[in-house]
Order: sequence, then structure tokens, then C-alpha cells
Amino acid sequence: MKNRNIASRIWEARIDYLFLIPGGIIFSAFIIFPLVASFYYSTLNWSGFSELSEFVGLENYRELLQDEFFYGAFKRSFIFMLITVPVQMMLGLVLAIILNNKFLKLSTLFRAMIFLPVVAPIAVISIVMALLLSPFNGPINGLFQSLGVVSGAIDFLGSPQLVLWSLAGIFIWKWTGLTMVYWLAALQTVPDELYEAARLDGVKTWQQIIYMVIPIVAPFAIVISLISAIHALNVFPLVQATTEGGPYFSSEVMEVYIFRTAFAPSSGQFPRLGYASAAGVLFGVAVMGLTLLQVMAARSTRKRRQEAELA
Amino acid sequence: MPDLVTSSNFTMWDLFFTQKRKRLITSILLAAFCAVWVYPLIWMVSGSFKPNSELFQGTGLIPDSPTFSNYGRACAEANMQRYFVNTLFVTIGSVVITTFSSALLGYVLGRRPLPGKIAIFGLMVFTLFIPQGYTIIPIIQLLTMFGLGQSLWGLMIATCGGSIVVFTLLFAGYFTQVPKELEEASRMDGVGPFKTFWYVMLPLARPVVVTVVVLQSLQAWNDFLLPLVVTLANPKMRTLSVGIYSFKGEHYIDWGGMTAASTIAIVPIIILFLILQRFFIDGLAGAVKG
Repeated sequence: MKNRNIASRIWEARIDYLFLIPGGIIFSAFIIFPLVASFYYSTLNWSGFSELSEFVGLENYRELLQDEFFYGAFKRSFIFMLITVPVQMMLGLVLAIILNNKFLKLSTLFRAMIFLPVVAPIAVISIVMALLLSPFNGPINGLFQSLGVVSGAIDFLGSPQLVLWSLAGIFIWKWTGLTMVYWLAALQTVPDELYEAARLDGVKTWQQIIYMVIPIVAPFAIVISLISAIHALNVFPLVQATTEGGPYFSSEVMEVYIFRTAFAPSSGQFPRLGYASAAGVLFGVAVMGLTLLQVMAARSTRKRRQEAELA
Repeated sequence: MPDLVTSSNFTMWDLFFTQKRKRLITSILLAAFCAVWVYPLIWMVSGSFKPNSELFQGTGLIPDSPTFSNYGRACAEANMQRYFVNTLFVTIGSVVITTFSSALLGYVLGRRPLPGKIAIFGLMVFTLFIPQGYTIIPIIQLLTMFGLGQSLWGLMIATCGGSIVVFTLLFAGYFTQVPKELEEASRMDGVGPFKTFWYVMLPLARPVVVTVVVLQSLQAWNDFLLPLVVTLANPKMRTLSVGIYSFKGEHYIDWGGMTAASTIAIVPIIILFLILQRFFIDGLAGAVKG
């Protein structure tokens, strides 16, 4: 009886299923299929899309765990995330709080200006930054020298010690506008009456921010940091376009490593699609794990808040 | 003004910094901050009108001897006009396909009684954060299998996959809030399901449609990894982003040409942003709440 019920409900919804087809095709082809296929490819020894492949089991994974380039890239990806996310969160929040002031004229204009780098293509940003930061007569170095801040030119993107920090700076500049917009959305949940009441009670602005605004928007911090973290791990375009992982692999993050292994091997070597897939799987699993961790954290804070409200 | 007298924490400081003055000072500081913030982009646009010899002379913004020759070289040597057309093709195509299919998905999943709905939702949310580095190899293999591995059509279709889940969730969230009566009335009048969707539901969701169009344009126009891999063996298919990247590799001394090429790539998306600013910002913010 129950089965017939389901069958008839499916039959009734047949046109709805039809509606799912176009999106379903895209979703299965470019998201579900890659998700599954990557696992399969990761068990192959496979040196090119037109080449034959050979099943090697978990051999790729065993080799990866001994590959210092893989470890380096993996580590750099997470270091990059740990540098950029906190700065972006703080800077975004400060800007959002200032720009959320309804009495501030031109607030929309300022918002648009800070948001501008978000819409600029990464390839363009990488060119501008390579020019501005160039150690050979680059304007920024010129400015620093004429101000007497430094004596010699700084090679922001060419020094292995500096490059990851410079990239992090560019990344923060590019994406803080987005974080600010997320925080602005969160700030909309603070009711206007609260500001009004605080103002009438003579509460100072900084007190309002610390004791009133921050506690209200704090729960959003987990979602925003999650999105920013995922963003920071997907930093391929910036790194590839600016330094290609160099100098001497010192800025090679995970996706650049995957790209190099699969599509752009150094001369004399074959592309290794199976090996790169295995690296992709390990990276994907790490990202998912991180996501899961943060979702769980979000759940538990929400629970705690509900309990606090009940009490 | 009783509270002026009674409030004990009133100091000279507060008397000098009235609300109005505070706001003015904030505005000035912000204006300075924003000027520095957008400086690199402005410098680039102004640099595209400077001859190569002048570009590095300093941080100034106004060219001494303005020239258009950079644009000439960007088109003649770097083929920018062709890449522009390619990018436009990929962007428009993927926007049309993505908007249409994610609206249909969101409509069905958001408000139709459909067995298996929860499972589909769960699957989608699960895939929300998969990194592109994970999916790129199978995507290229799939395109190659269908003979689209090196074509603009393949690139266009694959670009649709990028954010379709986010857009579906946006549409679904919106469609759940629309009152049932409208749709029922339309179906009672004998209007078919597709026409109901097209003429009744989709126009209702106009704000989401605009948001999705804007976000997908941004994504397609600025996409890098996918077009880079698809066009590795076929330079004619390059998009602007990849074209500029290769220009940097091939003509690394011609900074003027590069800034001109960059300006060509950035101006359309910035114009779109300035016109539809609200939708960019609200759309991206909406993605957090959803």
C-alpha cells in the first residue's frame, strides 16, 4: 500500500521531474560525476587524456604521503588560510561597522569602492600587482625609497621568504570587500530600536559596539569564516597568475601543485593525472573535514544560545 | 537638555567632537582609505594611456604624453579583441543556461511536493564546498569524451557547473515564500505547468533572477582554472583572463600593452557592477543568510 502510494506520488510529480532535467544534467556532469570519478582516477597510473591507464590501487596515495612537494603545498594552503582569514574577518567587520552608520553620507560610494577589487578579474590584479610591486623601478618600491622607509628594493614577489605574505596581502585586498558585505548583512539583524535606546541612555559608540553589536553578530562569524576559509583554500587563480607557485615552489599551494602535476609538468616529465587526482581527493577530503568541523561548531553554538534563551 | 547636565561621563572631548564633527572626520578618513584602496586599479587604467617609458616613472596618475598605442598593440599582438568575443560568448551562454536551469531546479525543489526532494537537497549541500582542484580532471576528461575538450561550447557548459548549487538554493529559498494561491489559480485556469512557471512564477522571482545573472556573469567573466586548462593546446579559444595571463608570459617587457589589455578586461565588468551594484552586494550577502 505504502509502495503504491509512493509510486503514484512519483507519477503525479512526473512533470516536476522533467523540470529537473536541465539543471540535473549540469549538476551530475560537472559536480557529481567529478566527485566520484576523481576517486576512481586516483587509483590509476595515467599519463594523459589520450593515453591508456593502468590500475595501481592505492599506490598513488602511498607515493603522495612520501612526496615532500605534496606536503609543502598542503601546508602552504592551510598557512595561507590561517594568515588571510583572521585579517579579512577583522578588517571586514571594522569597515562594515563604520559603513553601517545610516547618518554617514557617501556610505554607498565608500562601500562600492571597497567592493571594487572583488569584481576585478584575478589575471588583471596579478598584472597590476606585479607592476606595482616590481623590484625594478616599481612604483611601490620607488615610494618606499623616496620616503626613506627602506634602503634597497624589496622583491615582494620574488623572494621565497616574502612571496606568501605578499600574496596574502593581495588576496586580502581583493576579497575584504566581500567579507565586509557579509558582515553588513549580519549587522542588519541588529534592531534599530537597540541603537536608539542605547543612544538615549548615553551609551558611548565604542561601548555599543563591544557590548551590543558584536554579541549579536558573533554567531555569523562561523558562517563567514567558513566561506572565507574555503575561499582562501581555492587560491589557485591568484597564485598561478602571479607567481605560478614560484620562486622555487615557495608559493606553491595545493591547487597549483595539482595543476602542475596534471597539466603542466616540468620539461621531460609526463603529466600524471591519476597521481594529481589522488592529491585532489586528499585535499578535497581535508576541505570537507574542515567544513564539517565548522558546521558542527555552528550547530553547537546555536544550541547553546537556544538553551540560554530558554533559561 | 537635562541629560547634558546630569550625565557624569560627559567630557571636554565629547563637547568638541559633536556627532556631526565625528561623522565628518570619519568621512575624511574613509575617503583617504578608499582612495588608497582603489589606487592600484586607477593606476592601471591611467597606465594604459602612458607610453612604456613613462609607466615606471612614478606613482602619478595623469599621463604626460597620452597615447593609444598600448591598445593598438594589445589588439594586434595579443589578440585581445578575439579573446573579448570568446569571453562574451562563454559568459552570455553560461548565464542563460545557468539561470534557466537553476530557476527550474529551485522552483521544483522549493515548492513542489516531490518524492526524493530531501535527498537531492542533501546531496547538493554536501557538494557546496568541493574545491575546483578536485573536480577539474574529471571535467576535462568528460569534455574530451564528448569531443568538447577544446571548444568554446564545452567551456561554456562546464562554466555553468561552477555555482549552480548556490543559485538553486537561492531560488528554492525564494520560491518557498511565494503564496500558494497564485500558482493554484493559474493551474485551475488550465494553464500548463511550464507556462505557469514561465509566466507566473519566474516573473515573481525577478530579484533572484537578476542576482543570479549578475553573479554568474562575474563568475564566467573572471573564471581562470577551467578556461586555462581548456585552452592550453588551443590559444584561439582563450578568454580574456587567460589571454592576459599568457600575454604576461609572452611579452613580459610590454607593460603598457599589459595594462591596456587589463583595462579591456576589467571595464565591462566594472560597468556592469556600477549599474547593478545593489544586486551584486545584496546577492552575495544573501548567499550567507541562505
